[in-house]
Amino acid sequence: MNNLIQGQKHEWEMVIGLELHAQVKSNSKLFSSSSTKFGSLPNSQVSLVDAAMPGMLPVINKFCVKQAVKSGIGLNAKINNYSVFDRKNYFYADLPQGYQISQYKYPIVGEGTVTIDFKDGTSKNIRILRLHLEQDAGKSLHDQNPSKTYVDLNRSGVALMEIVSEPDIRSPEEAGMYISKIRSILMYLDTCDGNMQEGSLRADVNISVRKPGNEYGTRSEIKNLNSIKFIKQAINYEAKRQIDILESGGAITQNTMLFNTSTGKTRPMRNKEEAHDYRYFPDPDLLPLEISSKEVEEIKSSIPELPDQLKNKYMNTYNLSNYDASVLTTDKQISDFFDQTINSDLELKESAKIIVNWITSELFFLLNNDNVDISNSPVSPSNLGQLIKLINTNVISGKIAKEVLDEMYKTKSSPIQIVKKKGLKQMTDSSEIEAIIDNVLNENKTMVDQYLSGKDKLLGFFVGQAMKKTKGKANPKILNEILLTKLTKKNQSQ
Amino acid sequence: MKIDKNTINKIARLSRIKLDSKESEDYIKDLNSILDWVEQLNEINTDNVEPLTNISSSVLPKRDDISEDIHSSEEILKNAPEKIEGFFSVPKVVE
Amino acid sequence: MKSKSLKETIKSLEAKKISIKELNDEYIKNIKEKNNLNIFIHFDEQKIIDQVNKLEIDNSNKKLKGIPIAIKDLFCTKDMPTTAASKILENFNPTYESFVTQNLLDDGAVFVGKTNCDEFAMGSANNTSYFGNTINPLSNDDEPLAPGGSSGGSAAAVAADLCLGATGTDTGGSIRQPASFCGVVGIKPTYGLCSRWGITAFASSLDQAGVFTNNVEDASILLESISGFDSRDSTSANVNIPNYSKNLNSDISGKTVGIPNEYSIEGTPEEISQIWEDAIKYIESKGAKIKKISLPHTKYALPTYYIIAPAEASSNLARYDGVKYGFRADEINSLDEMYENTRGKGFGKEVKRRILIGTYVLSAGYYDAYYLKAQKVRKLIANDFNDAFKDCDFIVTPTAPSAAFPLSASQDDPIKMYLNDIFTVPASLAGLPGISIPFGKDKNNLPLGIQILGKHFDEQQVFNAAYCLEKSYE
Repeated sequence: MNNLIQGQKHEWEMVIGLELHAQVKSNSKLFSSSSTKFGSLPNSQVSLVDAAMPGMLPVINKFCVKQAVKSGIGLNAKINNYSVFDRKNYFYADLPQGYQISQYKYPIVGEGTVTIDFKDGTSKNIRILRLHLEQDAGKSLHDQNPSKTYVDLNRSGVALMEIVSEPDIRSPEEAGMYISKIRSILMYLDTCDGNMQEGSLRADVNISVRKPGNEYGTRSEIKNLNSIKFIKQAINYEAKRQIDILESGGAITQNTMLFNTSTGKTRPMRNKEEAHDYRYFPDPDLLPLEISSKEVEEIKSSIPELPDQLKNKYMNTYNLSNYDASVLTTDKQISDFFDQTINSDLELKESAKIIVNWITSELFFLLNNDNVDISNSPVSPSNLGQLIKLINTNVISGKIAKEVLDEMYKTKSSPIQIVKKKGLKQMTDSSEIEAIIDNVLNENKTMVDQYLSGKDKLLGFFVGQAMKKTKGKANPKILNEILLTKLTKKNQSQ
Repeated sequence: MKIDKNTINKIARLSRIKLDSKESEDYIKDLNSILDWVEQLNEINTDNVEPLTNISSSVLPKRDDISEDIHSSEEILKNAPEKIEGFFSVPKVVE
Repeated sequence: MKSKSLKETIKSLEAKKISIKELNDEYIKNIKEKNNLNIFIHFDEQKIIDQVNKLEIDNSNKKLKGIPIAIKDLFCTKDMPTTAASKILENFNPTYESFVTQNLLDDGAVFVGKTNCDEFAMGSANNTSYFGNTINPLSNDDEPLAPGGSSGGSAAAVAADLCLGATGTDTGGSIRQPASFCGVVGIKPTYGLCSRWGITAFASSLDQAGVFTNNVEDASILLESISGFDSRDSTSANVNIPNYSKNLNSDISGKTVGIPNEYSIEGTPEEISQIWEDAIKYIESKGAKIKKISLPHTKYALPTYYIIAPAEASSNLARYDGVKYGFRADEINSLDEMYENTRGKGFGKEVKRRILIGTYVLSAGYYDAYYLKAQKVRKLIANDFNDAFKDCDFIVTPTAPSAAFPLSASQDDPIKMYLNDIFTVPASLAGLPGISIPFGKDKNNLPLGIQILGKHFDEQQVFNAAYCLEKSYE
C-alpha cells in the first residue's frame, strides 16, 4: 500500500507510534478499593490512598493484574513472570501523590503483535513493544472558574493499561484501524469497556515524517486524544506542519503537543516546556509482582474467542467475505447480535450475508441516529431474524421490510404483528396482480406503444405504477414476470 | 564540584522548592560535601550484586476486586486549604 | 504510689490499688510541670480526661487499660492533630487512625499527647522540628541537652515520667539513639513487624515503628500490642507474634554472641568502648559464648543510607503540595508558584536538604551511579548480617558514638550530624530488630546505651538478651 504524501518538494512518509491508555475494566481501583464508576459526584469515589493522605499505602488489585495478563495474551504478547512497579515522579494538581505508580523497566507484558485488515483483503502486522499497568490521575477542570482550576480525584488511581506500539504505523487510516483492532480485542476479552467518549481508551500519538528510506525524523507527541476521528485529524495536521517546516529548511524540535478539536490544529503544551526528569525508581511500598507460568496458562485457558478467530470462523462457516466478517468483529456487541440473530431460527443459517447487510446498513442507520449501542437495540436479534425470514419466504418485499423495521424500532413489536396489523403482507395472488397490471397498461397506452417501439427503459415506469397501486405490497418478482409476459404478448400481437 | 548553581536550580525546580540565594549557596556546599562523602561507595565492586529494593522476602499481597466508597467527599476535602463546590481548587492552570 | 513500671501499674490497676483516673491525673500533673521541656506538640488535658472517663465505665478486659502512652507525632491519629513536626502539616487533622495507634486504643491505652520529633523524622537531635527543640530531661539547668532524634520527644516523655510508654519510628536509628540519650529502653523490631499504615512516611523501605519504655519487660508488652499483620500494608509481614512478655527469659547460657570488629571505630570515646567491653564481659559471665564476627561493609552503611533514605523521602514528600491538606503559601499566582512557595516555606532546612539530595541521586544520569549503587551495597550489608547470623544468635554493639550532646553543639555540618547513626544504620538497612538499653554512664553521669541486634523476626532473642543485660544493674 502506498501511503506516501506529497509535499511541495518531495514525497514524505509518516512514521507513527501509538501509546494507548486503556482503562482496565474492574470494580475497584488499581491500588485502592474505591469504585471506578463513571460520572459520579466529584470526589465521591476517593479513598484515603487515592487522595494521598499521609501514611496511606497501595495494595494491588488481583483482578487488574489478571486483566493485564489476559490483554497481553490477546495481543499475542509475552507475559513477564516478574514485573516491578516504579514511581514516576512529577507534580500536577490532579496527581495527589506527586508520583504515578507505573511500570518502567520491567512491565507485566512484553512484545506482541496485532494484525489490521484492509478492505482490499490484505493485512499488516503492527508490533507491540509492551503493555504495563499504571494508575490514572484525577481530573483537572480548567473552565469552571476564571481564576481557578478544580480538581476531582474520582479517577485518581483507576487502573490503566498503557499499550505501546512500535513505530510501524504509516498513515492516519492505519492508526485508526490499529486502535479499532486493539479496542475490539480488549472488548472481546472484557478487559476494557472501549468507551472512548468516557475516556476509557485514550491515545498519545508519536509522529514524525521522513523521506522514504531515510532514518526516522524527530518526532512530536500529541497527547490525550480520545476519538479515532480526532486522532486522524491530528496526525494529518501534524504531518503537514512538520513537512512544511522541513521543506522550508527548518528543523523539527521534539515537542509535546495538544490537539484543539475545534480548530483542528496542534500546538505545543505550555506547561511542559522544561525537560522531563521523572526519576523513576522501584516503589518501596510494593514488592515485585510475580506471576507463575501456571497462572498464565490458567488465564490463557479461560480466554474467549478473539476477533481474529471469530472472523475466520464467520468466513468458513457462513461464507462471509473478509470485509463483512471483520466489520462484524470490530465490536463484540455486533458479533454477539449477529450470532443471536442467525441462531434464532434454523432456517436463517443460509442467510448470513442478508443478516450482515441488514445489521450494518439499516439497523446501524437507526441506532446511529439516536446514538444507541447495538446491545440496547430496540430491535431484538430474534425479531430481526423473523423479519429476514419474512423476506426470504416472500411474505414481504425488501422495501416493505424497511418500513417494518422502522416500526419495530419504534415500538419494539415483532415484525409478524406489524405486518398483520398494518396489512403489509405481500400480494402474491397472480390474478390479483394481473388485474392491476392490466389496469396500468390500459391507463398508459401511449407509453406502452413507446415501449413496444423499443423504449425498454419504460419497463421500470410500469413496475412503479403497479407497485403504487398495490401500495408496494405486490411481490416484485411475480409482478415483473407477469408484466414482461403481458408486454411480450402485446409485442407479438402487433 | 558536582553541584553548581545551575544544578541546584534544576533540582530545586524538579522538587518544586523555592530557594532564596542564601539557601542555594548553603545547599550547594552541603550537597557537594555529601556527594563527595558518598563517593567512597565506589571503592566496592558491585558488578554482580543484585540491588536490594525491599528487605521483605514475601510475595506481593493482592486484594480482591471489591469496591467500596466509604469516604464522603466532605471527609476527603476536610483538610483542603481551598475547596469549591466539592472540588479541590488551585490557581488556574493553562495547558 | 505509682510505679515507673508499666507491668506493675497494670497490676495495681487490676488490683484497684489505683484508679485509671488517679493514675492519669498524676501524669497530667507531671506533663504540665515539665512543659518547659517542649516534649509535646499536642497536649490537651480535656482529651485525656475524656478517654479516662470512657475507660472508667468500660468493663471489658483490655491489656493496657488506662495506661498513659505518648505518641510520636508521625502517627496519624483521629482525635489529635498530626504534624510530623512540620509547618507543612500544620492544622492537619487525620480522619483515620494508624494501625499502631489503633492497636493501642483497642488495648485500652490512654493517649496523653503527640510528641515532638525531628521534622518528618529527619534528624538525630530533635532540632529540626518546626515546633522547636525538645530538651533532654536529664539536662542540667545550665546546659540543655539534646534528647536525640528523631523520636526525641517520645524518649524524653518516658524518661521524664510523663507516660509509661511511647511509640516511636526508626528509619536509621530514630528509636535506639534517643533511647540511649535519654536512658530508656527503645526497640525497633524487624522491618514489616508493625504495619506502616497511617505513619507519615519518611523512607518506606526503612521506616519501622517501635516503642520506648522504662524497662525491657514493658517494651515486650507494648511491642506485642502494636505488632501484627495488616493487609493494608503490602510490606507488612504475615507472621505470628509471639507472646514476648510471657516468654521473656534472661537465661542466655549457651547462646553465641557476635561482636563485630568493624564497630570499633577510631575516634570513639573511651567510655563507649568501655561500656561495650563491660557488656560483653557481663554476657560472657552469664554463660554465653563470645564470638568475634566481621561485618565487612559496615563503614559503607552510612553513605548508603544517606542515598537511599533521601531518595525515597524526595518522592514520599511530594504529596505535601498545598492541594489536599496542610499548609499553602499565600503569594501564589500560578500552580507552580503555589508548589514552590508552599514547599519552600513549609519544609525546614534539613528536610529540604534531603529532598534535594534525593532528587539529585534519582535524576537522569545519576540514578545508576548513586541510587542503584547504594541498593547494591545495601545488599552486601544485608548479606554481611546473614553470614554473621549463621554463627551467632545475637549481636552486641554500642548504640551511639556519644552520650547526649548539648543543644548548643553546632549541627551545621550535615555529615557530622549523620555520624550519630553510625551504629544503628547498618541494622536498619538490613531490616533487623534492634534494641537499645541503658548501660553505664559517661564521665558527666549521662546514660549510655548498648544495642542488641537479632535475626529477622527474632525479637524474642533480642528481648531475652536485653533482659539479661538489664539485670546487671539491678
